[in-house]
Amino acid sequence: MSTGAKKRWSFEKVAPVLFLLPSIIAIGIFVYGFIGWTAYASLSAWNSIVPDFTFVGLKNYIFLFHDFRFQSDLRNTLFFTIFFIGISIVIGLGLAILIDQKIKGETFFRNIFIFPMALSLVVTGVVWQWLLNPSTGVNLILKKLGVVHLPKWFVDTTVIPKIHWGVISFGIPVAILAVVIAAVWQMSGFTMAMYLSSLRAIPDELKEAARIDGATELQIYRKIILPLMWPVTLSTTIILAHISLKIFDLIYTMTGPGAGFVTDVPGVYMFETTFRGNHYAQGTAIAVIMLIFISLIIVPYLVSSSRKEAE
Amino acid sequence: MNKKSKVITAAAVMTSVLALTACGSSTTGNQGAPAGGGANKTADAKKSVEIFSWWTGGGEEEGLKALIQLFKKQNPDVNVINAAVAGGAGTNAQAVLASRMQAGDPPDTFQVHAGAELLDSWVKAGKMQPLNDLYKEAGWTDKFPKSLVDMMSKDGKIYSVAVDIHRGNVLWINKKIFDDNHLKPPTTFDEFFKDADILKAKGITPLALGDKEPWTATMLFEDVLLGELGPQGYDDLTQGKIKWDDPKVKQSLEIFKKMLTYVNSDHAARTWQDASQLVAKGQAAMNVMGDWAKGYFTSDLKLKPNVDFEWTTTPGTGSSFMVISDTFGLPKGIKHPEETKTFLKLLGSVEGQDAFNPLKGSIPARVDADPSKYDVYSKQAMADFKKDALTPSIAHGSAMPQGFVTQMNQAINIFVTQGDVNTAATTLEQDAEQNK
Repeated sequence: MSTGAKKRWSFEKVAPVLFLLPSIIAIGIFVYGFIGWTAYASLSAWNSIVPDFTFVGLKNYIFLFHDFRFQSDLRNTLFFTIFFIGISIVIGLGLAILIDQKIKGETFFRNIFIFPMALSLVVTGVVWQWLLNPSTGVNLILKKLGVVHLPKWFVDTTVIPKIHWGVISFGIPVAILAVVIAAVWQMSGFTMAMYLSSLRAIPDELKEAARIDGATELQIYRKIILPLMWPVTLSTTIILAHISLKIFDLIYTMTGPGAGFVTDVPGVYMFETTFRGNHYAQGTAIAVIMLIFISLIIVPYLVSSSRKEAE
Repeated sequence: MNKKSKVITAAAVMTSVLALTACGSSTTGNQGAPAGGGANKTADAKKSVEIFSWWTGGGEEEGLKALIQLFKKQNPDVNVINAAVAGGAGTNAQAVLASRMQAGDPPDTFQVHAGAELLDSWVKAGKMQPLNDLYKEAGWTDKFPKSLVDMMSKDGKIYSVAVDIHRGNVLWINKKIFDDNHLKPPTTFDEFFKDADILKAKGITPLALGDKEPWTATMLFEDVLLGELGPQGYDDLTQGKIKWDDPKVKQSLEIFKKMLTYVNSDHAARTWQDASQLVAKGQAAMNVMGDWAKGYFTSDLKLKPNVDFEWTTTPGTGSSFMVISDTFGLPKGIKHPEETKTFLKLLGSVEGQDAFNPLKGSIPARVDADPSKYDVYSKQAMADFKKDALTPSIAHGSAMPQGFVTQMNQAINIFVTQGDVNTAATTLEQDAEQNK
């Protein structure tokens, strides 16, 4: 009995380390090693096909923050993130509440709403590029319905309100809304699923007790259910935010950089400047900036959740 | 094992498996190489040649296959690896090529445009072998036009073999619209704007443009530059003898800006094919595009040259030929130099060029190819190719380094929406300085 206990003890100690070692090494090299290498390259003069690791300091970063295209990218990312997360959460929560009403054919509706998430963002991009094409898409229906001023969707170069800031005009680029529609279509099913599972986790007794106390359905939602949704809202926001900050495939297939870079994002700029223009140092600088943005959202979340776990 | 240790073990196994598969898939994903990694090794046992290109669709793939078939017939003991990488205008292929070259694993031969794309990158980096001996051996010294050979040479050394020629300065015209309005194909900017005004007054879109991918707008602008500066001035500009903020360049930007007032309003949502389709369907009268548009008209849309559509050179470029030429070179440190030279010899032969070009829709780079194998458009282009001044295209990476081309696409994209001539000229001059 005592030898068996000893064996089990040593196996439990050693096995996890042995099993985790390959992945720790692989992640160390392929994730953290390459992040370090990317940061190193971003400080170099490697802006042609021939590698050149002369140290140039923050030159590539300074170039970017003076660049029209990169400034547009930051503006676009800001508004894309706000609209994408906001609308996805509102629609997702709305759908979840509707489905939670024990309706007929619940599985059917749930699947329909979740289905877009199963598609690749590339497919979504191509489909919505056709649908929102100003001359061949939904505008044909609007035209039949007698709409005179047809929306130009992602071709629209208007920015409202046009405030001059740096070298760009700051404001909401109208074209970004077309991309937001496609992104929301893709992801609101996911937010619905998140909310639905959390709605289902609320014990019926809680609602029953409130009803007995004379609360209306609306009050139950406002005072009991929605406050209980906060943790889900937070984690959904974190997930959507990191998707939004690193988005590439949807925009690349749907609009590309767009006229006057109204739908351009750092991911697309990074790809084009690195792999088309061979400006490796500038490309890696964009990648590092993207990483910093994502870390700004993810790191506080990780810290707070690990603290909670410790408690 | 108790329950807890089972769970730990399972989790550990899962994590390592996931980590390993993730690494595996990301390496293949990054390289985007065709499923030839394994095939490579087995093929090494016998003689083989790996041909790297981005010819994966339409006529170009058929042309490449015809070439490979011809090569196999002549060299039955050599295994051909067709390492074509799909992706618009070679974007993906060029990224894969860059990583392979930098990793010291070059393909035996690869597709590269004559001019800066070859000379300012791979030749400058010392990755290519000169082919002067091959040219002498095959007797090619006077078979290619001198200015084309110059686009493939540095310090007297020739670095690649040209297989095809495309023309970039063609104005495609819907014949019915022009006939109905009693218009003649314009040859100068004045005539162009006169025709455009007449068409616009009748509610017809004069010029079709599809600049969803910004190179099409850059191409239109480079044709304006060529028309305004002439072949000599154009060469001086691309060689840095004229600055990009020169008054002549600014004048070209003004003309370009005026042209943009005649284009379809949804140009930013269209590709070049969509724009060509507007002309084909009679929804627009003219379109500036390379002569791959002819292949699109005749093979995809089944239009007849000189019946459904006609063509002329873009305004002011009557005696110039904007060259886009696909060539193949011989990288250093490859595994099969002998077989590759045999393949390059076939590429440069009349037989090889006549097998490839009619299918791709381009014209042969050799001046002594057989014109009877080509259609009416190509016959005319072949005649012009012999006598016109050859000017390398900027938009397709022949006249200026790729880094400049990417930045020029950006500057033109901004110019198309904002129309600020001075900003565009200053930006272009800065870009040219940065990419020297």
